[in-house]
Amino acid sequence: MSAITMRELTKVYPGGVRALDALDLDIVDGEFFALLGPSGCGKTTLLRTIAGLEVASGGSVHIGERNVTNLPPGKRDVAMVFQDYALFPHMTVQDNIAYPLRIKKVDRRERTGKAAETADELGLSALLQRRPGQLSGGQQQRVALARAMACHPQVFLLDEPLSNLDARLRLEARTFLKRLQRELGVTTVFVTHDQAEALALADRIAVMEGGRIRQVGTPTEVFRRPANTFVAGFIGSTPMNLVGTRVRGDELAVGAARLPLPDDARGQVTDGERLVYAVRPEYLDYSPTQVAGALSGQVVVVENLGSVSLVSLDVPTDDTDGGASSVQVVVAEGREPDPGDTGWVVPRPGRSLLYRDGDLVTAGAEAGVPAAAQG
Amino acid sequence: MAQATSPPDELVEGARPVTGASPAPDAAGLGRARATGFLVPAMVLILVFLVVPAVWTIWLGLTNYRLTGLAAASPEIVGLDNFTDALGDERFRTSLLLTLEFVLGSAVIGQAGLGFAIAFALRDRRGPLRRVVEGLVLLSWILPSSVVAFLWIALLDRDAGTLNALLGIPGMAWLLDYPMLSIIIFNTWRGTAFSMMLYAAALENVPRSHLETARLAGASTWQQLRDVVFPRIRGHVLTNLLLISLWTFNDFAPFLITAGGPEQRSEILPVYVYKVALSGGELGFGAAISFVMLLINLVIALVYLRLLGRRKESA
Repeated sequence: MSAITMRELTKVYPGGVRALDALDLDIVDGEFFALLGPSGCGKTTLLRTIAGLEVASGGSVHIGERNVTNLPPGKRDVAMVFQDYALFPHMTVQDNIAYPLRIKKVDRRERTGKAAETADELGLSALLQRRPGQLSGGQQQRVALARAMACHPQVFLLDEPLSNLDARLRLEARTFLKRLQRELGVTTVFVTHDQAEALALADRIAVMEGGRIRQVGTPTEVFRRPANTFVAGFIGSTPMNLVGTRVRGDELAVGAARLPLPDDARGQVTDGERLVYAVRPEYLDYSPTQVAGALSGQVVVVENLGSVSLVSLDVPTDDTDGGASSVQVVVAEGREPDPGDTGWVVPRPGRSLLYRDGDLVTAGAEAGVPAAAQG
Repeated sequence: MAQATSPPDELVEGARPVTGASPAPDAAGLGRARATGFLVPAMVLILVFLVVPAVWTIWLGLTNYRLTGLAAASPEIVGLDNFTDALGDERFRTSLLLTLEFVLGSAVIGQAGLGFAIAFALRDRRGPLRRVVEGLVLLSWILPSSVVAFLWIALLDRDAGTLNALLGIPGMAWLLDYPMLSIIIFNTWRGTAFSMMLYAAALENVPRSHLETARLAGASTWQQLRDVVFPRIRGHVLTNLLLISLWTFNDFAPFLITAGGPEQRSEILPVYVYKVALSGGELGFGAAISFVMLLINLVIALVYLRLLGRRKESA
């Protein structure tokens, strides 16, 4: 058993900065868990508090059945891979991997054997006698992983595991890391500021902001149904379109356009209420001719993303905020409009959401959606 | 360790037009004559104040030159007599041993050890505590020797000393009973600042993640020092030890406190030379001992430089 349970976890730095604010989080045994958020959101502090490198100001951390809140890092049975890998430059790869075993007073023969075995699993056998300075970035990362694995900890902690690799290597390492985690089955928590990385790697994601968790869910949940406008804006390679709207009976009014009310919000809204309408650029269809139930506007910018293009339109609204908002839509290749064209965008059924005061308007409580979101 | 920077010479040379008046083979385009003009004053100073006295010392060491008397007027060459006398002299050998004790105790163990301990203890601290400690340590370094000597005599005096008053043991004669210990502690106190500052800077170079990796593995503070810190700052340690060993070896300040006494029990080499050459008037003999000290300094420097060189090869 090595689930991680945090209750009311608080970290206040000297000087009064509240990096973690009474945080509750359960990480399941064997899970690959991502802590995601912009810089300064507390994700690294949370990871370091699990490791014991930061001492919690309040609340508790349990690993499995053990309360580790006040244990020093060396007694928590966790291993961490740092962003810079932290390999000791004066030791060979073998000595680096065997280092935790050496501290644990495992005898030399056993620990070199263990190091060789772990290195073999990660394809490092040929490099055992090299020094870290003679390795590529990807190899260094694998040595750091091997060092973490060598003493069979209950929990792996990874700090920005892919950020020090170049773009091409990053994809390779991402696949490798996911496969390794699956094979080892050890509870793994990693920190990232890159939403694509979190979506690709994690079994579940906690999106953080200002020392609090804004949503916990599977990549699909977090991507499809962000619990609030913060998550909606943060997740996705193109941010979600957020447009001011007003409820008009069974429909939503955006300027002169009328859109159907999302199924989920039916019965949850009152006539005349002002809300925020949200839909991802990937879930909009562009049409050069007029269609019903669509937003229309003038094409301002067309950005080529390779197989698709991202088209931005200025859609007039009757909002107080300037009377127009920008709506982005993903258009398949060969069908891009030109800037200046007038176009219509139709939301796909079941893919649009409504937010009231920043929180999702929804009929039922769902996994990962805080109770407050039900309004 | 060496940074790969492109040699600036080539760039400047290529960029600068060669003037007809002074064809410039040098980087700055000054011409040989003007470049020499800039060098001469410095060379003259080095010659007058460094080379000439050194050569003169070696020369003096070969004579029976004295401060006063017949030998002062017409010194005679005595060959290597001064050197053989010195090496055969019990007082010289005792002095040499005392000097080594002084260097080992006050520089290597005292200054470097204490300096590192303070720097390590303060490494993650900011704010008033760090500033106060650093301020106090620095203060003992920047005060003039004569002032410091007076303070220490006032501290260690048998009858009216501050230390005896604090400890409540009047009549304890520190400077008479423990002269070496007194000057070792004195020099440790006086010179720790340099080592502290050097190690504080060196410790900034030790990545936090490396220390934290060791902590996560369960390493004790001692193991962290052995496995993470010292391998990283080995070059700094050697440079530090080289400098403070040489400085301490040649340090004359203890004379101001114990004057080498009692009974030559704290007579380190600089004090011995001073007494022989100036109080005793045997300038030739003193010069010979000075030359021996110079050789010992060279040996110390070479040992450290070799250790540093070996480190570069292995890195």
